Amino acid sequence: MTDTMKNIPHYTKKDFVSDQEVKWCAGCGDYSILSAVQNALPEIGVAKEDIVFVSGIGCSSRFPYYVDTYGFHGIHGRAAAIASGVKAANPKLSVWIMSGDGDSMAIGGNHFIHILRRNMNVNYILFNNQIYGLTKGQYSPTTPLGQVTKTSPYGTIEHPFKPGELAMGAEGTFYARGTDNNPKQMKEIIIEAAKHEGTSLVEILQNCVIFNNNTHHEITDKVTRDDHQIYLKAGEKMIFGKEKNKGLVLDGLKLKVVTIGEDGYTLDDILVHDPTQEDPTMAFLLARMSLPEFPVAVGVLRAYKAPVYDQLMEQQIEDVKAKSKMKNMTDVLNSGNTFEL
Amino acid sequence: MATNNNVIERERIVIKFAGDSGDGMQLTGNQFTDTSATLGNDLATFPDFPSEIRAPQGTIAGVSGYQVNIGHSDIYTSGDKADVLVALNPAALAYNMNSFKPNATIIVDLDTFTEKSFKKAKLDSNPLEDSRLADCTVIAAPVTSQCREVLKETGMDSKTIDKTRNQFVAGILAYLFNRDLNLAIEFLKNKFAKKPKLVEINTKVLKAGHTYAGNIEAIHSTFIVNPNLSKKGKFRNITGNQATAWGLMAAAEKSGLNFFLGSYPITPATDILMELSKHKELGIKTFQAEDEIAGINSAIGAAYAGNMAATTTSGPGLSLKSEAIGLAFITELPLVIVNVMRGGPSTGLPTKTEQTDLMQALWGRNGEAPIPIIAASSPADCFNYAFEAEKIAIEHMTPVILLTDSYLGNGSGLMKIPNMDDMPSITPKIAKPDQAYEPYERDPETLVRTWAHPGTRGAEHRVGGLEKSDVHGAVSHDPINHEKMIKLRDAKVRKIADNYAPQEVFGSEDADLLVVSWGSTKGAVYSAFKELEDAGKKIAFTNFNYIFPLPKETPEIFKKYKKILICELNSGQFAHHLRSEYPEFEYSQYNKIQAQPFMVTELVDKFNEILEDK
Repeated sequence: MTDTMKNIPHYTKKDFVSDQEVKWCAGCGDYSILSAVQNALPEIGVAKEDIVFVSGIGCSSRFPYYVDTYGFHGIHGRAAAIASGVKAANPKLSVWIMSGDGDSMAIGGNHFIHILRRNMNVNYILFNNQIYGLTKGQYSPTTPLGQVTKTSPYGTIEHPFKPGELAMGAEGTFYARGTDNNPKQMKEIIIEAAKHEGTSLVEILQNCVIFNNNTHHEITDKVTRDDHQIYLKAGEKMIFGKEKNKGLVLDGLKLKVVTIGEDGYTLDDILVHDPTQEDPTMAFLLARMSLPEFPVAVGVLRAYKAPVYDQLMEQQIEDVKAKSKMKNMTDVLNSGNTFEL
Repeated sequence: MATNNNVIERERIVIKFAGDSGDGMQLTGNQFTDTSATLGNDLATFPDFPSEIRAPQGTIAGVSGYQVNIGHSDIYTSGDKADVLVALNPAALAYNMNSFKPNATIIVDLDTFTEKSFKKAKLDSNPLEDSRLADCTVIAAPVTSQCREVLKETGMDSKTIDKTRNQFVAGILAYLFNRDLNLAIEFLKNKFAKKPKLVEINTKVLKAGHTYAGNIEAIHSTFIVNPNLSKKGKFRNITGNQATAWGLMAAAEKSGLNFFLGSYPITPATDILMELSKHKELGIKTFQAEDEIAGINSAIGAAYAGNMAATTTSGPGLSLKSEAIGLAFITELPLVIVNVMRGGPSTGLPTKTEQTDLMQALWGRNGEAPIPIIAASSPADCFNYAFEAEKIAIEHMTPVILLTDSYLGNGSGLMKIPNMDDMPSITPKIAKPDQAYEPYERDPETLVRTWAHPGTRGAEHRVGGLEKSDVHGAVSHDPINHEKMIKLRDAKVRKIADNYAPQEVFGSEDADLLVVSWGSTKGAVYSAFKELEDAGKKIAFTNFNYIFPLPKETPEIFKKYKKILICELNSGQFAHHLRSEYPEFEYSQYNKIQAQPFMVTELVDKFNEILEDK
């Protein structure tokens, strides 16, 4: 029986709330991500017993305890590896990885790039608060250069990762970015991620109210966000700004912000967003944009359809089964050279 | 032994093949082994190769070897020193100067014994002039020139022609062992099924070698090793690594579960990953992970999703997997971790054998995480112990470590082909849909929890590395609950010993000395014990396959003997384990830490020394 043939009950958010007390700090961005996911799940068309949340270690990784589906709270950095096993073992499951910037970019960096390279059909929500929260305030691989933290009392001297750049480097097939203070947009992105076949990476710019408060403030502040963010939508012009008069054009191998009607630029000159291209270069340029020169890109930056690991694995087994004369262990044990003594 | 004209009947004979890595010594060894099995001999083999893939030709570092022990009676080891040594170049002879018996038959390719090749092998003199060859029968055959002569009309290039040298030697061996050449030809036909030209030229050379052996006067006597009549039925020659892979596959079939392997290549365990990856026809899933850690974590994910899961590795990889083994332990998921031990510490001696990971297997985790450890004892019984490791993992919901080693993994022996109907059942306890489910509710007898596979409606639950409350499985920091859970998990694992087959003891109950082995040293220690018992000595023997928990009757066995000698290929790890589990006994140790298997002769000497020192 395939999932599509299954009679999916009409769920509401409540169906995905577990009996566990949520233990994040008051005001933590994780609450809104939890809520957005619980709001999205009734709309992805999957029975709740077929959903598995897998996490590593960190504040974000407590997530599986709070969703009333199957859940596995793993060890630090290994959620992607555990989830790969879950998905390969049973490709019918809808598998969700919940991870943070320390979990995915530092200790789990290797698994992060390899799951993207393999294009395992899972959804990967990366909570990026640019700090180690659960260990109380040390810098992470995404902490901005120079920031003072408990382990960088004189400022960090490490260049940070942008998760989207890493994902494009690994030629990940889906990358989206959202912010924890925009639940409607988060929900839309999460549903898109669930629809995409392949590793769907969703980076949420999340606020750690205790150890890195307002780290994304310039991007997420509701007063300035229209000028500081660009919400990319497939097939639409890359325009932004309160007046919707700013846009992105390509200048050689670089992006450039222009004002429509100034310096000879018209609407026709503005790029149209196409997340479906095989070549991840444009998505890389978009993921790379940062303040103050550029707005920060949110929405689905890349959604390219490519072969999926777990489906290829199943297919290969079916193909070999169809051709092989060996049907069971008895055949294997008696194959090749044997001797009657 | 009876002598019939110049044919000598031998109970056992050890043949070692040595040459450059590219000389086809493994192939010739396999050919001789298969022929022996066809003729009904019992056998055990062990390859001896350098960790470099192709070290410079003609050097000592490039010598690759293959040893086989064939017998009219049962064979338990690949043999001590060789009765027949094949050395295809001076380096191979020099490297093996201490690996043959004083009266051995040595076959060399005389054409390679030149000043130039002595230099290459950094030899000061011709090894054929070594005094250790004084009592040997040396067959110094011009192998290279004979091959070139035989094949000169075939139009083959000299590189291809020189690669047939091993078949000239195979021809000499067929003569030396009074064997039908057709058996060796059959092997070539199978080996080069798609390359008839190779079959043709190798057959020509094989026949030439046979004829050559019959014409020269160096061979004064030939050998016969009669069939072993104690083994009956259908057998196959199998390496420990292949048997391990097949044991895992057999367990999956028996349990009705799908099989998943998450693994990362590492010597000497990689063969298991390679073997399993071949068997897609049985639905076997193999995931070659990005590292050892992903290997085991993917297997844990697969186990959570309801597959029979395993990961395979060797010592350094086991170190990397430690944290994840703890995760499998606290989540109480079935998982088999196969550790094919090699010489350590660190990278150590990757292609050599050792039993030095016992302490790591027992204690290499944070927190208190006792997990079952079992060890296989022969290449063939890797099949049974891999099967049993899965059975224990599945039926007791726990990770299990299976210890084998390079000697077992790469070595081979005859395995009686099992009837799948006779294999024990494997019965997982799986949650059914729409029934109340608590992740840590336990069977009152076995303390085993029920496994709920994602996709099962109504059994949605969360597990993880954080301590959980008893029964319900909520995250819990309650001190009393923690202590309870620690004890429950420990008790669950210890109960596994209730189902063991009885611990076998050989020899007389009134023996003064009990010699003890564990895992792969069984063959050598048993052989030494048997030799002394046959000589009328009061000696007893027992081998442990269940390392943790230990068989319950262990103290009952130990108390019967005045002296207990623990023999192992490390500095005394099993002895240490026994001292901590059963401190009431006194244990002596016999240890070898040369990353080589025990020789039967050295064990016999040691046992005699103890028996005489009353």
